[in-house]
Amino acid sequence: MNTDSKPLNTAASKPGKTELAEMFRKFIDPQFVITDEETLKPYECDGLSMYCVMPLLVVLPETVEQVQQVMRLCHQHGVPVVARGAGTGLSAGAMPDAGGVVLSLAKFNRILHIDPLARSARLQSGVRNLAISEAAADFGLYYGPDPSSQIACTIGGNVGENSGGVHCLKYGLTTHNILSVEMVTVDGERVVIGSDGLDSCGMDLLALITGSEGLLGIITEVQVKLLPTPEIARVIMAGFGTVDEAGAAVGGIIAQGIIPAGLEMMDSHAIIAVEAFTGAGYPVEAAALLLCEVDGTKEEVQEHIEKAEALFRDFGATSVRTSKDDAERALLWKGRKNAFPAMGRISPDYYCMDGTIPRAHLGQVLNEMQDMSKRFGLRVANVFHAGDGNLHPLILFDANKEGELERAEAFGSDILELCVKVGGCITGEHGVGVEKIRQMPLQFTDPEIEQLNAVKSAFDPQGTLNPGKGVPTLRNCQEYRAINVKPQAPEVQHA
Amino acid sequence: MPDITKHLQQQINDARTEGHKLAIVGGGSKQFMGREISAQQLDVGGHSGIVDYQPLELVLTVRAGTPLSEIETALAEKNQMLSFEPPYFGDRSTIGGTLACNQSGPGRPWWNSVRDQVLGVNLINSKGEKLRFGGQVMKNVAGYDVSRTQAGAMGTLGVMTEISLKVLPRPAITLTLSREMEHSEAIRFMNARAAEPKPLSGACWLDGTLYLRLSGAQSAVEATAKHWDIPVMADGDTFWQQLRNQQLEFFAGEQPLWRFSINSTAATPPLKGPWLLDWAGSQRWYRGDGEMATMEAHAEKAGGQVSLYRGGDRTGEVMHHQQPALQAIQKRLKNSFDPDALFNPGRLYSWL
Repeated sequence: MNTDSKPLNTAASKPGKTELAEMFRKFIDPQFVITDEETLKPYECDGLSMYCVMPLLVVLPETVEQVQQVMRLCHQHGVPVVARGAGTGLSAGAMPDAGGVVLSLAKFNRILHIDPLARSARLQSGVRNLAISEAAADFGLYYGPDPSSQIACTIGGNVGENSGGVHCLKYGLTTHNILSVEMVTVDGERVVIGSDGLDSCGMDLLALITGSEGLLGIITEVQVKLLPTPEIARVIMAGFGTVDEAGAAVGGIIAQGIIPAGLEMMDSHAIIAVEAFTGAGYPVEAAALLLCEVDGTKEEVQEHIEKAEALFRDFGATSVRTSKDDAERALLWKGRKNAFPAMGRISPDYYCMDGTIPRAHLGQVLNEMQDMSKRFGLRVANVFHAGDGNLHPLILFDANKEGELERAEAFGSDILELCVKVGGCITGEHGVGVEKIRQMPLQFTDPEIEQLNAVKSAFDPQGTLNPGKGVPTLRNCQEYRAINVKPQAPEVQHA
Repeated sequence: MPDITKHLQQQINDARTEGHKLAIVGGGSKQFMGREISAQQLDVGGHSGIVDYQPLELVLTVRAGTPLSEIETALAEKNQMLSFEPPYFGDRSTIGGTLACNQSGPGRPWWNSVRDQVLGVNLINSKGEKLRFGGQVMKNVAGYDVSRTQAGAMGTLGVMTEISLKVLPRPAITLTLSREMEHSEAIRFMNARAAEPKPLSGACWLDGTLYLRLSGAQSAVEATAKHWDIPVMADGDTFWQQLRNQQLEFFAGEQPLWRFSINSTAATPPLKGPWLLDWAGSQRWYRGDGEMATMEAHAEKAGGQVSLYRGGDRTGEVMHHQQPALQAIQKRLKNSFDPDALFNPGRLYSWL
């Protein structure tokens, strides 16, 4: 690391907003150094809009050299920096710091190179996830991870969150699909982690950076792997009379040696809301619905679809429908993909949780969640990446009704605690951010938290990169435990 | 086998107070890797056994000293496998050593590496504290990915005691295709086949012969073999097994063995000795003498890195050098897990 840019983190030397802006405008197009309230406003939150903070200012650099200069200046003056891609995150990981700079990578939007033979693509970090697959399609290739925000979210943000999607049981998460990143360190050094090869010597820093929520460095470039587009994909939609039957059917598929490209489950609340919204033909009488996508060569898909259809019937499916063409496949997926907006239609607000559980505990977890639902007096619907155990309970509430937001948060906290209790974790793909920082002590002991903070310090000794996110301080852990992480469920009269 | 975590913690605490260093050893089958070091042995081989195996969840949790053979026997009963096809260097190779050295076999480009399949680890730091990162679920983004960071760290970040992994079903059938092909044509050909949506699971070139492996549903494998029109090789499984365990004639003898991890399409560096191309060209083995700096220049030109895998001078550096800023970060990381510098000092790099 650069040793001559010594931090001058004292109150006397800390420049104010105007001074900082002036410094940045010397090397960044002045119109892309934003200081006025109105233009700053859209940056006050990410996709989790219940957490808002106005930043000191926002910069939109256009070159890596400019990013380096921003980082050097902020490092010298001890100014916090929060990196931002498209701002679609769901854990307030890109929420600004009131005394800090938001570094937007919106101008890093170029696809630098696609190598069809090596099956890789080099991208600036602000390139949209879906744009990669669109550009690769000409070569019969695509990029695997497909988070539901893929139209808007950026590859840099995907690296920051280790994003997954509905196809990650078979094709993996971001961490399985990248070869290298170019990163600017907190003190402005430009480094490349990884290579064109499938592994590198030394500690696996690429693993550490992936999912680090902008706490370890600023990603400016990403080299991703591309996969051959499967010849064909078909999806089976199966309705079940109970959640347990659907869960058992998922196990049955795996036991057959079939790894579906996507394997999604929805509970009856979600099915009904989605069907009313999309009219995709979902069986509204079912207690649980499975969407099982199989892809591969024509022969393989035919073989696996036949096996899976029979198996679902054996496990008690009350309805089984298989897509005959891509149009029907898109229709069947449409419901799942619109699950969140569908909730918006039946409730003024919803709060999306993101725990992961071992699938064997699904029935127990869903039942306990229904009990909680009664206790908190709030409805909950569930969509579930069943193949990999990632659960998205959607808690329905009305922020305009006094106390409902707080109840929703308390409900969410209890759900996460339940996930940890059955051997799972507090976040499968949305990240910790600000939102789940209070739940970190549920999953980690003090020595573990201390170790995670030490990892952070190895990259960012002053702690100016995205402060207050991801990993709590030990002192805060004690506080969270002392005040009882799980707020008591209020007494609610349930109609 | 008993849980000997407490015993390991005790030995670590003793080493810290007595001021000696520890060389972590599982089965001792990979002693030839990394740099030569002198330190007191910490035997993790006794910490062995399957802790939990949930075939329907595709998740396995084992103690770090568990032999690969024991794991694969248990998986085979449920028709599952370690998809990263870890090499066996004799029958003592353990899962902990496999992860610490990041060892994966021929299927790696299609079925992921050991690093990729790791879901969680328990480890002991130099203070003797037990730490747990990751877990037993496939999606988990709470905290930094300390588990996967162990891959290739060669034990420098602590003593792993327990590892959770994602396992996969065994393919229904496997077929090997083989034909003669010239070296540079094979590089192009293997990559072109890998870019097709076919059930490819191995692509290797050795001594003028190309070997392709197909695995998956019977109908898909047979249709692809017919479509590509390359002769089927009898007893192909033996070839892949010998490749995986480095038992082919190519790997025999005392000549230094270099491993190039590079762009799969790059031209092979112009060196005089014999080459073996694996992973559709992204892992290339070379036998012969050479200077580390020269080899590094060749590897960088090919978009990757090199290590002196076996033999040669093991007192100098054997791993591709690090950029200064990344070297500084790795030193600080090491210090954060192991402030007393107890674990495998100098095994990975002289400066670590």
